[in-house]
Amino acid sequence: MNRRTLLKSVCAGLAAAQVERAQTTAPEPARPFRIWDEHCHLGNVPGDTPEERMTALIRWADRLGIERLLLSQGYGTDLHPTPAQFREENDRVMRAVHRFPDRSFGSVYLSPAYPEFSVQEFDRCVRDGPMVSIGEVEADKRCSAPEMDLIVERAASMQVPILQHTWLKIDGNEPGESTPYDVVAIAKRHPDVQFVCVHTGGDWERGIRIIRDTKNVSGDIAGSNPTSGFVEMAVRELGAERVIYGSDVGGRSFASQLGKVLGAEIPDSAKELILGGNLRRLLTPVLRAKGYKW
Amino acid sequence: MIDVNVNLSRWPCRRLLGDEPDGLVANLRKRNVTQAWAGTFDGVLHKDLSSANQRLARDCQRYGPGLLIPFGSVNPKLPDWQEDLRRCHEDYKMPGIRLHPNYHGYELKDSAFGELLHLAAARRLITQVAVRMEDERTQHPLMRVPPVELSPLVDVIKSERGARVVVLNWNALEDVETAQKLASTGRVYFDISMLESVGGVARLAQAIPIEQVLFGSHYPLFYFESALLKVREAGLVDAEARAVLEGNARRLLGA
Repeated sequence: MNRRTLLKSVCAGLAAAQVERAQTTAPEPARPFRIWDEHCHLGNVPGDTPEERMTALIRWADRLGIERLLLSQGYGTDLHPTPAQFREENDRVMRAVHRFPDRSFGSVYLSPAYPEFSVQEFDRCVRDGPMVSIGEVEADKRCSAPEMDLIVERAASMQVPILQHTWLKIDGNEPGESTPYDVVAIAKRHPDVQFVCVHTGGDWERGIRIIRDTKNVSGDIAGSNPTSGFVEMAVRELGAERVIYGSDVGGRSFASQLGKVLGAEIPDSAKELILGGNLRRLLTPVLRAKGYKW
Repeated sequence: MIDVNVNLSRWPCRRLLGDEPDGLVANLRKRNVTQAWAGTFDGVLHKDLSSANQRLARDCQRYGPGLLIPFGSVNPKLPDWQEDLRRCHEDYKMPGIRLHPNYHGYELKDSAFGELLHLAAARRLITQVAVRMEDERTQHPLMRVPPVELSPLVDVIKSERGARVVVLNWNALEDVETAQKLASTGRVYFDISMLESVGGVARLAQAIPIEQVLFGSHYPLFYFESALLKVREAGLVDAEARAVLEGNARRLLGA
């Protein structure tokens, strides 16, 4: 931390009240809503340890009134992790959550490229550990692959939701990268499991249409430009109860993604669901089973 | 609050809340914006930029006098573009222009850009350069446009001492080295509309002088609140927040 950073971090707390007064042009703080962020990582966040990175994230989250972070994937940069790397990233997430147990939950990082390992890792981190969901599942194999079924069955056994990365890139996805079509395919095979179509394909005007008729799939708004109309279309076509706020920090900001919801022309009742109500509903079975308070 | 990056008219791929001028003005006023530097979406694809700029100037005056400050479009690849520049300055009294080099088919190392920047500087016009309008990964398949490569601007701006350039719709944190080179000239400014990563505004302010960071929303193509919340997230002290939200732009416009 350089001098300027240190000075800012100190001043931030001391000057919080002043900043509130100075930014009279800003929208009202999001205090009326209980905001849970469904999509957080420790990557691209300053700090040498998971605890330091989480401390930084919580400081930024506090400024926007975000109550809880659902954390996954740690901060490794390898897009094709080995089982040992998956385990290391999950350990990092559990360390970060352990530092802020009242502000965060962990979500286990797995891949259908390693189905047997993934089931063992689920048992270690979710069944026998503190984590509460699966994903963001992202690496190396599409989620519609039959190898994913073993993982989904494990999710069903504990009623935990699965957060599945998707994109619809105009120049083509990466090999093994899922699309909303893949989520629909696996969701139809497992209608009793709740899936979150992470990024809603990025190209949300197509992604929303793809998942529209598959009722056990929700759309996550994280990790794309804050393009006007995204949230309004999602609410119109999916219903507010199937739209979930997430940010994709640290690559994205909390702010740019939160602005999609707070700036949307939708009722406050819909914003309440999107900003946290829906995620709390999806997590309620596992939170109850683990005896967590929320 | 001064927003240096709003757009009038229609985005060709989508209707937007706020793409009617009266609605846009009402929404900006509701959000306590006191001045908005307005380009026109028509400037992206239209070839008759003369009429696009005329409509822009008319709508700014009709719907948002004192609020909307028109920034006309100039395409140096069109015949007689110098007349568009003259009209922006002399007829419409615009304080600046907005360029879309990627949609208009030139790079910043192109001599046409250098000539345009030189003439704009001679007229004391601010030159806004829009790096992109949307994420390349989600563009319409028949309208795929790569972003503007900014690195040639480093040399161009060094030889154009009277120029004042505002870079719009760029995540400067993805190429901090270029951002720092540009900022070091003291003649290049950056809006925050596409700045990303958590705490992005504070991080940018650590990389370049905060006096060169401007509040820009890219409204109505983007949700206005996204840019505004970035300033809140940054945790800037009072003077810094005021500078980004208003003071820096006011000083630039008055320079």
